[in-house]
Amino acid sequence: MSQTILELQGIEKSFQETRVLNNISLSVNQGEFITLLGSSGCGKTTTLRIIAGLEKPDQGQVLLEGQDVTGWEPNQRDVNTVFQNYALFPHMSVEGNIGYSLRLKRVSKPKIRQAVEDALDLVQLEGFEKRMPNELSGGQRQRVAIARAIVNQPKILLLDEPLGALDLQLRRQMQLELKRLQKQLGITFVYITHDQEEALNMSDRIVVMRDGRFEQIGFAEEIYNHPRTSYVARFVGNANVVTGWVEEKDENGSVKFSHPDGVFWAAIPEKPEDRNAVRPGDPAAVAVRSEHLELMSAEAAGSEGLKACVKEKSFTAGMLRITLSLSDGAELIASRHGINSSLEPGDRVSVAWGPENAVMVDLQSGNELESSMEGE
Amino acid sequence: MIVSMEQVSRPKRPARDRMSLIAILPLYVFTLLFVAGPLIYMLVLSFLSRAEVWGVVNQFTFRNYARIFEPIYLKTFGQSLKLAFTSTILVALIGYPFGYFMAKLSPKWRGRMMFFLIIPFWTSSLMRLYGWIIFFQANGVLDSILMGIGLTSEPLKILYTYPAVVVGMVYVLVPFMIFSVYSSAEKLDWSLVEAARDLGAGAVKAFLTISLKLTLPGLLSGVVLTFIPSMGLYFIADILGGNKVLLMGSLIYEQLMKAHDWPFAAALSVVLMVMTSLMIYLYRRVTKVKDLEGLI
Amino acid sequence: MKNRTHFPHIYLGVIMVFMYLPILFVMIYSFNGGRSAVLWTGFSLDWYRELFRDSSIFDALINSVVLATLSSLCAAVIGTLGAVGLSRVSLRSKGVVEYLSTLPIMIPEIILGMIFLVFFSLLGLPFGMTTLLIAHTAFCIPYVLMQVKARLVGLDKSYVEAAKDLGAGELRAFVDITFPLIRPAIVSGMLLSFAMSLDDVIISVFVTGSNVNTLPIKIYTQIKTGVTPKTNALCTLMFLATLFLGLLSMFIGRSRKGSNKQPDATTNLNINEETGG
Repeated sequence: MSQTILELQGIEKSFQETRVLNNISLSVNQGEFITLLGSSGCGKTTTLRIIAGLEKPDQGQVLLEGQDVTGWEPNQRDVNTVFQNYALFPHMSVEGNIGYSLRLKRVSKPKIRQAVEDALDLVQLEGFEKRMPNELSGGQRQRVAIARAIVNQPKILLLDEPLGALDLQLRRQMQLELKRLQKQLGITFVYITHDQEEALNMSDRIVVMRDGRFEQIGFAEEIYNHPRTSYVARFVGNANVVTGWVEEKDENGSVKFSHPDGVFWAAIPEKPEDRNAVRPGDPAAVAVRSEHLELMSAEAAGSEGLKACVKEKSFTAGMLRITLSLSDGAELIASRHGINSSLEPGDRVSVAWGPENAVMVDLQSGNELESSMEGE
Repeated sequence: MIVSMEQVSRPKRPARDRMSLIAILPLYVFTLLFVAGPLIYMLVLSFLSRAEVWGVVNQFTFRNYARIFEPIYLKTFGQSLKLAFTSTILVALIGYPFGYFMAKLSPKWRGRMMFFLIIPFWTSSLMRLYGWIIFFQANGVLDSILMGIGLTSEPLKILYTYPAVVVGMVYVLVPFMIFSVYSSAEKLDWSLVEAARDLGAGAVKAFLTISLKLTLPGLLSGVVLTFIPSMGLYFIADILGGNKVLLMGSLIYEQLMKAHDWPFAAALSVVLMVMTSLMIYLYRRVTKVKDLEGLI
Repeated sequence: MKNRTHFPHIYLGVIMVFMYLPILFVMIYSFNGGRSAVLWTGFSLDWYRELFRDSSIFDALINSVVLATLSSLCAAVIGTLGAVGLSRVSLRSKGVVEYLSTLPIMIPEIILGMIFLVFFSLLGLPFGMTTLLIAHTAFCIPYVLMQVKARLVGLDKSYVEAAKDLGAGELRAFVDITFPLIRPAIVSGMLLSFAMSLDDVIISVFVTGSNVNTLPIKIYTQIKTGVTPKTNALCTLMFLATLFLGLLSMFIGRSRKGSNKQPDATTNLNINEETGG
């Protein structure tokens, strides 16, 4: 039974004339790894800064362990930040940087030294005490930044795209290390990234942000398999989104949709209120992943599936991708293992998928955002 | 969770930061009192009248400005301008190549040259001018040399003439031009010149079209740094020109200290200031430099 | 670059020699036996001896050094606080005040001297060290202000934010983070101020009292009224002091290169120039 350690209520923030955050509300549980995921400019950094106290919201509240800290200065909050550019003090050594917060609290010198040593051990930089920041590599600086932020044992650690400046190899390695560290220390991590793979790898829960709003909040698995909006479906996992009209609802598990090019299926929504919102004749959008698309020759398919035309095929990231176009101009991407396929651009095929692999998105029922309530 | 409907703490706007306001207080007070104050007083003074023996009478008048148009004063004004122009041109001719060539040296030599330049630059200008006095003095070094090798038979009276003042002025101001041009030329991407040569331009043409254009900011700021002081460095004219060379600076000094005509001195100063400001304004327009940090 | 001619090098050399010639003349004649500053009558150290016996010169020297020190200190405090404050405040008068405070180095010194003279008279201030200090501080502030401002602009804001995030209040963040990082600019500005104050003639002549002399004023009067080789000796010593300081700062700059990644004072000074004093 975990408690709520952080709560954002109705946060609004504008810079000059631009509205950056719009009615942001969130509950974070103690000890969880939650990630704010979104493209640049969506407001995730601003949200983080408001939690840290570096910005103050125009409206709304920030509650830390139930206490209203909205007006509190950063130095008054038991929250520490790992900055995107690390922000290591250039004129202090590694030891000086890490020990800074402890010196401010007037902790005794021997205790500081020990704490610094322990922190360096945790991030696997033993012996780096006397080095200066400009002598360190990017990855090392990043680890010092983390050490500096955790040595204080804050209630919450905020991480602003800390792995952005690292190369792929190092990034993957650090992802694992950060996850391990978080589990080991038990500190709540609020993480920011635009990389969906990173978010899916590391987080317990993910918050997908878009244009200053939370698009969907949920466990990683849920966001991936049950996106609620087409934006989330496309952003996380690059799903295809097909639009059509509801034809019939099968109470046992699937919904049939009609489309100019044929028919397609999706799983029936789980929640009763969503289920009731689905009525024949309504427009609908369905998300399905590339790997679930099955292609057959147009003749063999008969009246099932959608008739599509092969547009191009390419081999990327270890998978064969076949782009198909529908009559309304929409494109679908099917992927599979292998180097090549007998299909050529111009071929007419039929596309289908099992209903269990497709989800309805952009449903208009109430309470869209929270697919899982805060842990009770 | 019950959401409170009250407005919460307003965001901290920079202007309200109390400590910063305290920090700028000394600057504000000092500047308003000791920079704005004197300048405003100078303006006011220029419209007042001079009292009988000493001091100022609170009588508004344009007479001071009218006096400036008297031939003798216009002549002084003209002299100052002429000197400023002459000095500036000479300084540019001498200093620009220096700065340019210096920028082409190897880093090691650049550093050394800079050091060699800085030492005299930091040496009291008085001392350096005094050295020129020794040189130009009747029977001084120059005369000794010239008479020694038989070029002249009697001392050249160069000291206390206009040319001597020009030499002194140029000598004192050349370093500014050099620094200015150098800092501009140092940033020059030599590969551009090579590319021009590669494309067929001769050495001179490459210089004119590429190097000169790109170092123009340095040259222009050097011109400003030379012209403005040369209007005001009256002590050079004083030392090397004696009473023979009268400039606006010496005129102002004279009116202030000897004739005790403060209002008139103020009027002269206002005119001088207007001219200097005009120069700076032109400079900004030409180079589109927003603030004067490029000059420092 | 292809070096087809040695003209550039020759040019540099010749001009450089000319730079030093006058200094050389002064130095040579300081060892002149006779009274004449021109005719050489034999080597002698007499003038140096006389120099050390002249208390008025000594007084002037002390005055100059004290004045330069105090002015650069005042300028450092006012200028640094001002620059820091200006960078964080957004008052409408900001631009005007900033412009005004840098004006003293933009207008010809004769004007500056004049307006200080008349204004101080108006205020009834005692002419002497007080007025000298005010005037010198006024033209020193711009050097500090501009250097610190430039340094602040280039300073990443996230350092201070990180400090606050880790528990530092506004003042602490300034002391621990901002100040150490702008310190080189402050020092550089102070050094330049010191040099400019020490060398100032015109403004000092206008605002000094009848009984206070600074070194440049003393030398200036001597040059105008009648100079003895004693002046040469004084100038020579001053030059040697400058040379010594220059070499010193160069060596300090070299040894600090490794441990301190901030640009050192001398590199900033090189490009800093202003109206001759």
